[in-house]
Amino acid sequence: MSTVDLGIPSVRPQHASPSSNLRGEQSFPDAARDELGNEVLRGNLRHATATINGKRASAVREVRDWQKLRNAGSALKWQVTDHLPELLEQLEESVTAAGGVVHWARDGDEAGEIITRLALERGAEEVLKVKSMATQEIDLNETLAHAGIRAIESDLAELIVQLAEDTPSHILVPAIHRNRAQIREIFLAAMPDLDPSITDDPPELADAARRFLREKFLDMPGSVAISGANFAVADTGTLVVVESEGNGRMCLTLPKTLISVVGIEKIIPSFQDLEVFLQLLPRSSTGERMNPYTTLFSGVTPGDGPEEFHLVLLDNGRSAVLEDPEGRSALHCIRCSACLNVCPVYTRTGGHAYGSTYPGPIGAILSPQMTGMDGPDDPNTSLPYASSLCGACYDVCPVKIDIPKILVHLRAEDVDQRRETKGEYHGTWDMAMKGASKLMSSPRAYDAAVRSAGPLSKVLPGANIGKLPGILPLVPGWTDHRDLPKPGQSFRSWWDAREKDAAMQPGSDDDATAPGAGPASSTTEEQS
Amino acid sequence: MSEWADQRPAHTPGMSAKDEILARVRAALDVPRRDEITEAQDVPRAYQRADDKQEISTDRAKVRDVLVQRLEDYTAVVHRTTFDGAPAAIAAALGEAARVIVPPGVPASWTDDLDPEVTRDDGTLSPRGLDAIDAVLTGCHTAIALTGTIVLRGDDLGGRRAVSLVPDHHVVVVEAEQVVLGVPKGIERMGTDPGAAWTMISGPSATSDIELSRVEGVHGPRRLDVVLIEPAPEPTPEQDTDPRAQEQTA
Repeated sequence: MSTVDLGIPSVRPQHASPSSNLRGEQSFPDAARDELGNEVLRGNLRHATATINGKRASAVREVRDWQKLRNAGSALKWQVTDHLPELLEQLEESVTAAGGVVHWARDGDEAGEIITRLALERGAEEVLKVKSMATQEIDLNETLAHAGIRAIESDLAELIVQLAEDTPSHILVPAIHRNRAQIREIFLAAMPDLDPSITDDPPELADAARRFLREKFLDMPGSVAISGANFAVADTGTLVVVESEGNGRMCLTLPKTLISVVGIEKIIPSFQDLEVFLQLLPRSSTGERMNPYTTLFSGVTPGDGPEEFHLVLLDNGRSAVLEDPEGRSALHCIRCSACLNVCPVYTRTGGHAYGSTYPGPIGAILSPQMTGMDGPDDPNTSLPYASSLCGACYDVCPVKIDIPKILVHLRAEDVDQRRETKGEYHGTWDMAMKGASKLMSSPRAYDAAVRSAGPLSKVLPGANIGKLPGILPLVPGWTDHRDLPKPGQSFRSWWDAREKDAAMQPGSDDDATAPGAGPASSTTEEQS
Repeated sequence: MSEWADQRPAHTPGMSAKDEILARVRAALDVPRRDEITEAQDVPRAYQRADDKQEISTDRAKVRDVLVQRLEDYTAVVHRTTFDGAPAAIAAALGEAARVIVPPGVPASWTDDLDPEVTRDDGTLSPRGLDAIDAVLTGCHTAIALTGTIVLRGDDLGGRRAVSLVPDHHVVVVEAEQVVLGVPKGIERMGTDPGAAWTMISGPSATSDIELSRVEGVHGPRRLDVVLIEPAPEPTPEQDTDPRAQEQTA
């Protein structure tokens, strides 16, 4: 499908390597069902996302030119997409000129091999890590472990997740699914020197993490640290790491060797463009005017920080995302996670249900494009449906990625794909649509059908139509998960009656007296 | 097992990773999007930039007020002083610290009268050595008022990065002419030396990773004190500053 070998090297964009953390075991609805049963998770999520949403809203309200900044951010990301090959080469040149070494990794495995080799060559038994989505995506810790190297996460939340042998569930707050009591238990189990009298007070827990990691920072065992980057500036070769705790500064400053793994889409054209992104990112992400620490470095600085800097530029499916003109703007994401926090689906299911490093609305468009959607049984094929298409994600996106539009586009791709393999009409839905199309193409048949729906449904008990038996076509699937309001009077019957009334009482244009259910009730719903 | 988790994507024999990635990206972009290509000059720069009227003409004292308010919002401690009052304010900010380290370019007048033992950094102290020091006193390059951000350059005034990171208490001296209003002006100033080691600091180290309750002081300095050196008050305060400001814009 994707590669045709004609003997001539014709290079095509490639999906991510299968070892990446981009695809779960279960489809979204199945995974979500399990997560929804977890009350601790739901409580934590509700509290956390509501808090961040509030902070974000007030931080954004403060900025008078917010929409103009979004416009600039979006256009800059389009500029990057449209000129990616040139900008990548420019970045390599400027990083090299600043004393860094640039490596290119076609996929997650290749990146893992490069980093493992670099760490082994430097005799590292332990490496310290700054929270990075890219390294999570390529499952770097696992790869390093195979080579006998222990990777230690230095971000507090990542540390919690790592010590619990768990996986992150939120881009920004990876341990959002853990509450303080759970975190205390995790620390007590994993930190042998910890005084058991520690309470679950967050400052005490943070202090425990400080003491645990400070020893590691000060000695920097093996003196290798691994980070990601929020931005890579093409014209100056500057990498930008945005953080809160100071673990980033520690890892970017104290080791002898620094390795940064950066997706090829993280480029911004010029240093000056930081004036846009350093306003958009913190306010969207943590709802702060500015995050506590931002480190900018270009290659190596003699006498200050690492003596060696390696930049690993990662494709791993990004070129495949780029291939689709309708979907490629998913790569514009700056990982602020604002779309997660406003999403009515994410805020209930949490991140694990998405099965990928990238959860929430952005994950629902990014993961399937990076891995490809391989038929109806592929869990990632279910992701574009993990949305009510309410559009909140688009409203908050600092770079204006039209997530709902891409979700719909990917759903259409899925349908097209299924039609290709299973024929034009398959399954009850298609059959029902085919039937409906027949019905609607004949005015008389349609009229008879809608006029009879009301009276026919009267034979069913209750105010709503509940779960219907499976022998009926279409409706059972629909009514499995929701009640169907009983149809009242059809619009056509109502119209006829209205016309009749009007004929009898000329001059009356009171049309707000539509009876009972039917069109009038749906109007009320829209207003409520 | 699963049909989708089959194999690693193909690599083209005899092609370097760089060439292959660039070829993939070029092949992907061969399919154009509907509208036009976005060039650098197409980026709408209607937001408030470094040359924005508000940036240029806002009264400098007001800008400093904003800075102070935003810093205090992050729970940094701000000491407002004048050139003559600076040494005393610095001493007060350092508080109980017994050992203080300073980058080599910090003015002697800031440290001459200090009680604590002052080490001028010569780049030799290890992270463990720095950990034994109570406080660090640095200057800064730029301060951004609207976001309450202190920008350090890894130079003789801001110090190498480890020096302003490892000690648990950081005292920064900000001079009035270093204060700008918005992020774009700050980036413009940093852009004159983009290759330097830059650190932007907005309040003390913090985390919200445990149930989103903010905890101050994780790995970076747990205390941040800012000594702001302002011009001595003018003899005729309360003067309408607008006309003067308008002249500056013209």
